Amino acid sequence: MKTDIILAGVGGQGILSIAAVIGEAAIEDGLYMKQSEVHGMSQRGGDVQSHLRISDQPVASDLIPSGSADIIISLEPMEALRYLPYLKKDGWVVTNSKSFENIPNYPDKENVMEAYRLLPNKVILNVEQIAKDLGTPRSSNVVLLGAASPYLPIDFFKLENGIRSIFGKKGEEVVEMNLRALRVGAGKCIECLDR
Amino acid sequence: MNKQLFLGDEAIAQAAIDAGLSGVYSYPGTPSTEITEYIQNAVKTQCIASLQAVWCANEKTALETALGMSYAGKRTLSCMKHVGLNVAADAFMNIAMSGINGGMIIVTADDPSMHSSQNEQDNRVYGNFAMIPMFEPSNQQEAYDMVYEGYELSEKSGYPILLRITTRMAHSRAGVVTREMKPQNPVRVEKDAGSRYILLPANARKRFKILIEKQKEFLEASENSKYNRLFIPQPPKGGDGQQNAQSQSAKLPLEGKGVGIVACGLAFNYLQENFPNGFENPVLKISQYPLPKKQLLQLVEACDEILVLEDGYPVVEEQLKGYLGMGLKVHGRLDGTLQRDGELTPDKVRKALGLEVVSPYNVPEVVAMRPPALCAGCGHRDVYEALNEVLKEYENAKVFSDIGCYTLGALPPFRAIDSCIDMGASITMARGAADAGIFPAVAVIGDSTFTHSGMTGLLDCVNANANVLIIISDNETTGMTGGQDSAATGRIHDICKGIGVHPDHLKEIVPLKKNFEEMKKLIREEIEYPGVSVIVPCRECIQTYARKARNK
Repeated sequence: MKTDIILAGVGGQGILSIAAVIGEAAIEDGLYMKQSEVHGMSQRGGDVQSHLRISDQPVASDLIPSGSADIIISLEPMEALRYLPYLKKDGWVVTNSKSFENIPNYPDKENVMEAYRLLPNKVILNVEQIAKDLGTPRSSNVVLLGAASPYLPIDFFKLENGIRSIFGKKGEEVVEMNLRALRVGAGKCIECLDR
Repeated sequence: MNKQLFLGDEAIAQAAIDAGLSGVYSYPGTPSTEITEYIQNAVKTQCIASLQAVWCANEKTALETALGMSYAGKRTLSCMKHVGLNVAADAFMNIAMSGINGGMIIVTADDPSMHSSQNEQDNRVYGNFAMIPMFEPSNQQEAYDMVYEGYELSEKSGYPILLRITTRMAHSRAGVVTREMKPQNPVRVEKDAGSRYILLPANARKRFKILIEKQKEFLEASENSKYNRLFIPQPPKGGDGQQNAQSQSAKLPLEGKGVGIVACGLAFNYLQENFPNGFENPVLKISQYPLPKKQLLQLVEACDEILVLEDGYPVVEEQLKGYLGMGLKVHGRLDGTLQRDGELTPDKVRKALGLEVVSPYNVPEVVAMRPPALCAGCGHRDVYEALNEVLKEYENAKVFSDIGCYTLGALPPFRAIDSCIDMGASITMARGAADAGIFPAVAVIGDSTFTHSGMTGLLDCVNANANVLIIISDNETTGMTGGQDSAATGRIHDICKGIGVHPDHLKEIVPLKKNFEEMKKLIREEIEYPGVSVIVPCRECIQTYARKARNK
């Protein structure tokens, strides 16, 4: 069993927290993992990515080879597309539909969505809106993680434990808020697939 | 077996703590910053009061401070990014002459592909230059073990060890098994140190002979190192030696004895990634230097050609090939088997092995570049807006800038700067350009960069009464690397005054929208003053400000 995950977004959106929760859950599960992340200059509003590899065997490369990612999880719709060369033919893209426009030449949103038409396997959700509706606008990254959870090689309750462990320092309230966001995200994914 | 999830940087930090570290002295620089930060945090949370973990003014002062602690018998660490070792090179080269007492590890975090740097120099060249032992871990566990055990090797040999990592190793997480924490060394100055720390020519000549003599010992350590491993695959059973069509073996020319592969540091992982069922070519993994001669000879014996996989410069490739390339047939970055520049990846290694890289999907044309930018609300923005406005009034204005967040002023919408070369070069370049007749010649430098390498240049300007305007854009932190303490905080005014900047031309202002007109006026006046002027726009970095607010 091996799952290669690309996490994508814009510096400051919170992809590293998603990575930390999955990583914590994987280690808890006794799995091997490597997770490469971007620090430094790009974190100032540039494009950021993280390669997360989970396996029951030792993982060799810190980077995912082209054409072998099982899933791209992205907090920004254009950013997911940037990493498509990494995706397997039958891989999944789970993305936030809400664009983050901090560049003057951000493309037309319809053209971005048009590019998704070519992809057979995708879940596109406005996680920002879902998080707002929950009354916890800062938990949109965890909503997205919930939406991606059916495609991860980790039991849902272990992701919940990951949330408890990563957010535990910030108090019970923050933990509960993120657990709710995770569950709602997972539910929305199923709804989306049913349609 | 307790596994903890560590970044490469964190594994190094925890290993140093566990090995009985007494002091880490560094200057922040991506991708090395998290090592010292981790130790600082551990000092607070684990109450290791006797451990010094501090940011110094620059890499040179940091490394020299580490040497002082080593002189006193204690274990020390100094971490820097690759270009930081240029700053510390004077100390570095001469510590290899004096040797050390308490164990010393110097971490160089190289940045191939220049994720956050102005070049991609490979500091294994420095290791060879200084003729000291060097480690290059292939994974986070090795990074931990190398540091944990490296202090013994350093103390036994009497020399510092250079630990070379790259961005990928620094910023990638994996499970690491830690070991028990050792006590720190007591203060123990060598009684028989004699004159080895006094590098007068007569002593230095002796020390150099000793260093040359030591090379045998370093080579032996490398040949016996568990981090260097030779894999010679068994020939296929029952076959006539022909390649199986399904085989994953490298498809490079395979006449005769075939291709042997040398894989250094992380390159070994990328090689393994492409041979999930084990190697079919002879492979030598190298993670400790000097190059293990014995194993290299064995590899050459078993093969006709060598492919060298290394991240950074073709350091090993050049050594094996020789300048004239008349001996061994060696493939790598020099003959184009691998791209000459840029970070190594599993894909690049795969192509070098002659295997196909398949991507079912391309990047759609709609995807636009998203470069980093100055944060919304950042004080540097206000500085550049005012400066750009004023400089419109001059035909030949040039702005020499420096290394830090404000380098992003090069990008739209500002396009405000004309140079960014190295730490401190803004002030000195502005002076040279002013001497040549450029007017106005403006320097823009950050607070931390100013105390790192700008003060001496300012003294040159003052002594020459150069016609320059120097803007020290002070955000009271080392911003680009994530907000570490700046040695300059609260001191810039006094430093400038002490260096001799005339008090009438040493001005401060808060870079806010409401002060826009005043800032413009100040800049215009000081450009018109024919001599050294310094303007210090000072407002806290909005990132550190927001962090403090969150933690309250």
